[in-house]
Amino acid sequence: MSAVTDTHAHDDHHHGPAKGITRWLLTTNHKDIGSMYLIFSFTMFLLGGAMAMVIRAELFQPGLQIVEPEFFNQMTTMHGLIMVFGAVMPAFVGLANWMLPLMVGAPDMALPRMNNWSFWLLPCAFLILVSTLFMQGGAPNFGWTFYAPLSTTYGPPSTTFFIFAVHIMGISSIMGAINVIATILNMRAPGMTLMKMPLFVWTWLITAFLLIAVMPVLAGVVTMMLMDINFGTSFFDASGGGDPVLFQHVFWFFGHPEVYIMILPAFGAVSHIIPAFSRKPLFGYASMVYAVGAIALLSFVVWAHHMFTVGIPIAGQLFFMYATMLIAVPTGVKVFNWVATMFRGSLTFEAPMLFAVAFVILFTIGGFSGLMLAIAPADFQYHDTYFVVAHFHYVLVPGAIFGIFASAYFWLPKWTGHMYDETLAKTHFWLSFVGMNLAFFPMHFLGLAGMPRRIPDYALQFADFNMVSSVGAFMFGATQILFLVIVVKCVRGGEKASAKPWDGAEGLEWTVPSPAPYHTFATPPEVK
Amino acid sequence: MRVQARRAGALLGGLMLPAVSLADWTLNMSPGVTSSSNEIFSLHMTILWICVAIGVVVFGVMFWSIFAHRKSDDRKPANFHENTLVEILWTVIPLVILVVMAIPATATLVDMYDTSEAEIDIKVTGYQWRWKYDYIDQEFGYFSNISTSDDEIYNRTEKSEHYLLDVDNPMVIPTNTRVRLLLTANDVIHSWWVPEFGVKKDAIPGFINEVWTQVDEPGIYRGQCTELCGVKHGFMPVVVKAVPREEYDAWVNEQTAAAEAERELTQKDWTMAELMERGEKAYATACAACHQPDGTGAPPAFPALKGSQMALEDMEGHIDIVVNGSAGTAMQAFGNQLSEVDLAAVITYERNAWGNNTGEMVTPKQIFDYKNQE
Repeated sequence: MSAVTDTHAHDDHHHGPAKGITRWLLTTNHKDIGSMYLIFSFTMFLLGGAMAMVIRAELFQPGLQIVEPEFFNQMTTMHGLIMVFGAVMPAFVGLANWMLPLMVGAPDMALPRMNNWSFWLLPCAFLILVSTLFMQGGAPNFGWTFYAPLSTTYGPPSTTFFIFAVHIMGISSIMGAINVIATILNMRAPGMTLMKMPLFVWTWLITAFLLIAVMPVLAGVVTMMLMDINFGTSFFDASGGGDPVLFQHVFWFFGHPEVYIMILPAFGAVSHIIPAFSRKPLFGYASMVYAVGAIALLSFVVWAHHMFTVGIPIAGQLFFMYATMLIAVPTGVKVFNWVATMFRGSLTFEAPMLFAVAFVILFTIGGFSGLMLAIAPADFQYHDTYFVVAHFHYVLVPGAIFGIFASAYFWLPKWTGHMYDETLAKTHFWLSFVGMNLAFFPMHFLGLAGMPRRIPDYALQFADFNMVSSVGAFMFGATQILFLVIVVKCVRGGEKASAKPWDGAEGLEWTVPSPAPYHTFATPPEVK
Repeated sequence: MRVQARRAGALLGGLMLPAVSLADWTLNMSPGVTSSSNEIFSLHMTILWICVAIGVVVFGVMFWSIFAHRKSDDRKPANFHENTLVEILWTVIPLVILVVMAIPATATLVDMYDTSEAEIDIKVTGYQWRWKYDYIDQEFGYFSNISTSDDEIYNRTEKSEHYLLDVDNPMVIPTNTRVRLLLTANDVIHSWWVPEFGVKKDAIPGFINEVWTQVDEPGIYRGQCTELCGVKHGFMPVVVKAVPREEYDAWVNEQTAAAEAERELTQKDWTMAELMERGEKAYATACAACHQPDGTGAPPAFPALKGSQMALEDMEGHIDIVVNGSAGTAMQAFGNQLSEVDLAAVITYERNAWGNNTGEMVTPKQIFDYKNQE
């Protein structure tokens, strides 16, 4: 061990990144891999967003104008898959790669080569997924939930490619999760006990366990589909003795924890940003940790609330209704703690704080509609309408996506060594905020008035709010180009950032210089 | 909070689109016309107001902090960060509120799951992309297809009042009568929904779901399929006509007689022209969605019939695939969906339309014999 260190010290003491393309292909550096994840995620965000624009353009007016229903269904499906698996999840893995080692005082992730592989699997998976758009019979068209038998017996020939892509994504996610757990449990700086860990580290630790628990279930369900399609089994085919409802049970056993996978890391990031800009410690650290744990555990016993209309027996309905309502308690605790953190603070509203405050408000609205959806009899009216679309976009757009934007602005000075352009960033926030609400709030009304989701055309009474919604969606979509401009500008130059550009921020990541050197914490810091 | 936001949203929308004359800014769920839908509506309003109240308190505190506790006003931050009593309070209070919500919700659910005897049973079967209603006690049944024309959908003509929500044959039920629906599907999962009844239930192949309703107000009620079921998911409306008991009885008699007449048609001697005429209609409702009105299909999922080897040469195979379907593909078995007459007409039509000039005719009797020999 010492011999290796010696030669190392001799030939290349300040060794930095390799030159050229190999730096990116072969890198095992957590910062490089983190950057690649974030760039990949933003690319997918724009692609999935472009598909959303197609959807909203078609729904701008009643009648079929721009696309045929067949292509419309491919757009809704691909939009969902790309946003969930390509944009939101990789963005959080990117943040984890950049920030976890810096936050726990580790020199890198625990398994750096596996880290490289789990990233490079992703572009392969999405190349396969996106290529289905150009195949005969088109891309998957059965919704991101791909219910059998629509996705098996009645699916397009490209379904097998879709299954393969999901398998690769799953392997990538599982490896990423293993890496996160190994890093957090083994590589914390001396003195950093579990209950001293920053909340972003805590939420990612719990998220990683969720990933390891449910990604294999997803792999299992798509494998059963693969067998049904290509090898003559009948897992989900009633005419062969199978059970289409089994698909939904297995899918949502994965799917419900999956939605928490997409929100818990955002909870963590916001729990750093709100105290930083309130200049006051986070209120109720311990209860925040327990609340995340409780949410994660409950997420395993609520899956059938996505299936209240499939005809499960009343005892099942009641169990899943009560369990789902229970999730409101720990979620409420988190919101109350954030508000209590702001209470009697000394607040400023830079871009990260704006996104974080909007996160709390709008995520709570999404939580309210979630509570309404939990009430099984009321869900009979809401189920599979635009009310549901409004609900999950309220928890995912101002939830996950605003959480990611808040994190990006918060840590950009650390990543690039420059301050971003605050005026542009605030413009980005306000346009996103207005556009997002204009796009998704009217969807509540559409759903309550009776508009089903996943339809390319609608009855005339839904015309007005759909037009409003489309205008909001175009506004939100166009605004995201601004984010690209801000980031590029920040990477290229700007006001020099100090090691700790936010006066209220706390944590080990602010003890290293900005930009963070290629190698940090070669000697672990001491945490008191 | 939300009500204001809604008003603001509606106002903003209204300002943006002054040109829209047929403005319909429906904001809320309809209370509906059945006891279930009324109970759901009151549950919905209760939870909505509870959420609004919680929102007012939480956002109130938050906005007060945002306005009053700013660094720009030289506020010094407090340093408190823990209070066990407060944490316990805001865990217990929401729990109590949830219990208060759960009690009426449970009662409503128990009521909706009451499966005691109904006077009328109707079997509802979802097909890609239409509904079939079988009045199982009276031995008749029929398909209910969308009646909105392609011209309306593709903006070639003005859209009618009930655009996308009109069918050729609505389900008919008597008022003041408990009706039980038995739902299933023939191909993929569909979901039968009439908002004003408060009834939404999935129709799943291989399963029979049960749901009941009782409508007291005569009228026409409209809904849609609410489970993504393929290309024409947006084009399979549900229309239910609730009529007084006497009118319903008369309608049932008429339907029973028509079903009897239909069965007799099998014995009639058909000419080529008659079969072609009937075949064209049956093709349009049963086959054209996939195989296209001009028989070109949408390969590879839906093969072309125009110029296909089966339609030109293999008559036995042609009858077999239409009657029994093709396992593992989207081709359904139409043997029980269409009458012998329609089966014969469709096959004859497919063998003689779009330049498939075989000149061959398949008669209803041939189909009848084919089905019975199996």
